[in-house]
Amino acid sequence: MSEPALYAAQEPIFPRRVTGVFRRLKWWILGVTLSIYYLTPWLRWDRGPNLPDQAVLVDMANRRFYFLWIEIWPHEFYFVAGLLIMAGLGLFLFTSALGRVWCGYTCPQTVWTDLFILVERWIEGDRNARVRLHHAKWDFKKWRLRITKWAVWLVISVATGGAWVFYFADAPTLLGDLVRLSAHPAAYITIAVLTATTFIFGGFLREQICIYMCPWPRIQAAMMDPDTITVAYREWRGEPRGKGNVRKRDRAAAEKAEAESRAAGPGEARYTSTPYPNKALQVGGAPLLAAAQQEHGDCIDCMACVNVCPMGIDIRNGQQMECITCALCIDACDDVMAKIGKPRGLIDYMALSDEPAERAGGAPKSVWRHILRPRTLLYTAMWALLGLGLVYALFIRTDIELTVSPERNPTYVVQSDGSVRNIYDVRLRNKSGDDRQFRMSLTTDAALRIDLEGNDGHLDVSVPADTTILQRVYVTALPQDPAATDRETDLRIWVEDLVTGARASRETTFNGRR
Amino acid sequence: MSKGRVDKETGVETTGHSWDGIEELNNPLPRWWLWTLYACIVWAIGYTIAYPAWPMVSGATSGLLGFSTRAQVAEQITEHEAKNAQLVTDLLNADLAAISPSDDLHRYAVARGGSVFAAQCSQCHGSGAAGAKGYPNLLDDDWLWGGDVDAIAYTINHGIRNETDPDARYSEMPAFGEFLSGEEIDAVVEYVVSLSSGDVDSTLAQEGRTVFADNCASCHGDEGLGDRELGAPNIADALWLYGGDRETLHETVYNARFGVMPAWGQRLSDEDVRAVALYVHGLGGGE
Repeated sequence: MSEPALYAAQEPIFPRRVTGVFRRLKWWILGVTLSIYYLTPWLRWDRGPNLPDQAVLVDMANRRFYFLWIEIWPHEFYFVAGLLIMAGLGLFLFTSALGRVWCGYTCPQTVWTDLFILVERWIEGDRNARVRLHHAKWDFKKWRLRITKWAVWLVISVATGGAWVFYFADAPTLLGDLVRLSAHPAAYITIAVLTATTFIFGGFLREQICIYMCPWPRIQAAMMDPDTITVAYREWRGEPRGKGNVRKRDRAAAEKAEAESRAAGPGEARYTSTPYPNKALQVGGAPLLAAAQQEHGDCIDCMACVNVCPMGIDIRNGQQMECITCALCIDACDDVMAKIGKPRGLIDYMALSDEPAERAGGAPKSVWRHILRPRTLLYTAMWALLGLGLVYALFIRTDIELTVSPERNPTYVVQSDGSVRNIYDVRLRNKSGDDRQFRMSLTTDAALRIDLEGNDGHLDVSVPADTTILQRVYVTALPQDPAATDRETDLRIWVEDLVTGARASRETTFNGRR
Repeated sequence: MSKGRVDKETGVETTGHSWDGIEELNNPLPRWWLWTLYACIVWAIGYTIAYPAWPMVSGATSGLLGFSTRAQVAEQITEHEAKNAQLVTDLLNADLAAISPSDDLHRYAVARGGSVFAAQCSQCHGSGAAGAKGYPNLLDDDWLWGGDVDAIAYTINHGIRNETDPDARYSEMPAFGEFLSGEEIDAVVEYVVSLSSGDVDSTLAQEGRTVFADNCASCHGDEGLGDRELGAPNIADALWLYGGDRETLHETVYNARFGVMPAWGQRLSDEDVRAVALYVHGLGGGE
């Protein structure tokens, strides 16, 4: 037996243009998400003279993240972690409720591929023209069309990579630097890498990314259950399929063929155009042909659903890992159903748990009864709780902060008069855009005195705008004070803005000699 | 290639491999993936040519690009030093006592001094500068030779009682075991204890007072307050370098002490000495 081919060439896919509700929705989402991506870095936001005026800025050099009125410092990275967890839970929620809507509508791979296919269609024509061009010789016309297409793709790719770097530096300044070739090499390298990935992923790899590289198609199987609303084919309504003009001929042919097939035993399936033919149709020739003898279903086998599919699959073969539930087959099929006077929804968003009822002629459960179930409610609750927690954390933030780390080497210092001193490294943060004057103080039950290093007895510290300073703070107990010999005494170190009266404090302990 | 057997259940071609009747389906890998594997191999070979990689008998191949992490670090250090050059010049020319703590120069000096301290000073004085028996605690307000920043800088520069620097701070307490009787030492120890603590044998301490006035007061002062000019410790306060109990004090008086500190000016650069002085001055005891 000869060795089978273990590697296969990528099957070219030529999605046909389609119109309809979901296609329109997808165009809108494409427009909105791309606009957000490309335009966000150019939004301005006035934060005063000492801070950048870019609305969304990840300032790596100064370790700040600016989002509109919110400024996140490195020690507040939990906000970012929280948002990422929310994004994860949100993905779980949407997948368990609505299947792979992320993949089908908002995933950058889908959005950019859609954009690239739009360009492709605009330059090379719709499906049939593209198939012809694909098979055509490499003559002048083919070169012209291909180079034009690649050039437009490249422009989009450069813009995509270019937009990314603007999130990390002042966009107008960086654009000027990029044009003058004076920007940091990291910017050019980032743009080059993202240009290459956009160009290759959106132009050539497309569905290969989803099928072979992305982990999500595997994980989503664990997120979906029979109540999940997903894209499916109403096989009980559509089968047995058959083209309208051949239905009559089919019937006659079927009768003849059936007689022959009975004699010949199980043979090769008729529908082998797709990799995973429907099992019921595939096992032997006889059942299929017997079915063909009965009345035909609504599917006229026009292949519209297959022709529009960006993943190159046949939704009629059932749930498949390749399906990103972009719903374009629904639009395509609805269009056909309207033309032949049948009700829409042969291919539709539906819950697989409705199948038995529908097969028996009953009505499906309402969408909300599918969506509202313990699993989705739990995801929603977790998502909302986390969100509320983050919002709460955001609102109780002050623009003054301090952290106190008591010196532990040594825990106390005895002075020549016998008094006992503790040392604290206090970090004072001024998160506002102005230089500020802070006064430090102490509250405690014992008679402790506070001093600041290098301050000659006074307790005021000036902290420049948007800065953290380290201030060494001394707390002293006189020899006769119980705190000098007690193991631990609680105290609270305060910092107060003398102008606004804003205060912040931290609790810590004082260690006596022991 | 000829078509293999097609599995009935799935409609997928098999590889022809069969184990106990279980057949392997052939779902071919995309060929471009194979090419990425080859591309990675080519990249890896190129990488080992361009960068240090192959181990040889002594060392490794150096790579065509001449890259070395050591050289990279050296370059970064040079870059950094170039950035700090102005601060270093300022530090060398500044009046140490006049640098404001909120000044960038002060922050730079303290940071630099901190790392020098950790590398050079912490062995004796401790990483937290809390000292140990015989090695002064630098966090408190008790200074043998002076606690303002210039005095500290001088001490670091020239050291104490070393033989290498003629300008080292120098003083020597006699070993009184040679001059005084055991009873006299017991008495003077009792008197010294009485200077900082109330719980003493007052008759004995009274005897010791005379011994103290005759032998010790010339350096430590009549009240035992010490003398920084001579590096004579204040023995009336709460702090002891070697210990304030009678046994230790007896040992100190009998044998004397002779703590030595190296002259760091001979080992460190001027800017490092000045930086450490500012660092130590800012630890809590600076005057």
